[in-house]
Amino acid sequence: MDYFRNIVIVAAIAGAIAGLGMTVVQHFATVPLILQAEVFEEQSSGAPAEAPAVAHEHADATAAQDTAAHDTAAHDHGEGWAPSDGIERTGFTLAANVITGIGFALLLVAASELFGGLGGWHQGVFWGLAGFIAFTLAPGLGLPPELPAMPAAELASRQVWWVGTVVSAGVALGLLFHSRSLVSVVAAIVLLVAPHIIGAPQPVSHESPIPEGLHHSFVVAMAVTTLLFWVFLGGLAGFFRERFIHAA
Amino acid sequence: MNTYSIKPEGDGINAAAALTSSRAVPIFMAGLLGIFIVGNVGFSHIEAVHNAAHDYRHSMAFPCH
Repeated sequence: MDYFRNIVIVAAIAGAIAGLGMTVVQHFATVPLILQAEVFEEQSSGAPAEAPAVAHEHADATAAQDTAAHDTAAHDHGEGWAPSDGIERTGFTLAANVITGIGFALLLVAASELFGGLGGWHQGVFWGLAGFIAFTLAPGLGLPPELPAMPAAELASRQVWWVGTVVSAGVALGLLFHSRSLVSVVAAIVLLVAPHIIGAPQPVSHESPIPEGLHHSFVVAMAVTTLLFWVFLGGLAGFFRERFIHAA
Repeated sequence: MNTYSIKPEGDGINAAAALTSSRAVPIFMAGLLGIFIVGNVGFSHIEAVHNAAHDYRHSMAFPCH
């Protein structure tokens, strides 16, 4: 169990630090674009731009205001609880970043342990790049990052395609790394290409209230911040792996 | 601290050969824990979880909405 515990310790430290850093970077790079998109989302449903703030503050709204907010809130948050804008919303983004940072770090460390473990921060950076390819690049080719209000196919079908694409890209990278035989390389390439031949679920129409320029900025911001996250996560995992597992 | 540590093996190409069940079980447990965590935050259909992690899901390009 010491070995398991040490993997978890390495993943927890690396994931928490990378998740914290990612929250700061997202705060300046992607979140402002999401908030801009929400304004277009509200406008496209005929509601005033201020509506999101109202819709998020059900607690002290009068019954009439509450009803009005529900009528105008086209935002697909549904009727359930949502964090209020500002500190609370950022706080939950931080929590999600740290928790999933640890989750991604567990996957990265576990996968690299199968191949003998990360031999330092520099090797970790390469594993981080592999994570970026498997978790961001491969699924992102078929399902580009979306902003709120952008049309998309049914959620469950996209999630299935996303998971399938990530798994096949991960296996493909493992094959490429593990074996030098031609058969493995061909199998890896087939695994990388197959999800895109099957095709990601697409919406009926791509017509969207979101300006193309805003979406383009978001795709770039998302790709760059996620690349930084993975490289940083891998480097940290390699660094702490030497201290908690390798040196143990 | 433990008896499971191994030395990095060259370029890593043959390192998987060193995989024993005493190492494989903890590795797969750690991987499953990672899948469980990422899956719950990134894919939950529960409204409150979705709303709480909304900006995160968009920023990481998880399928959202």
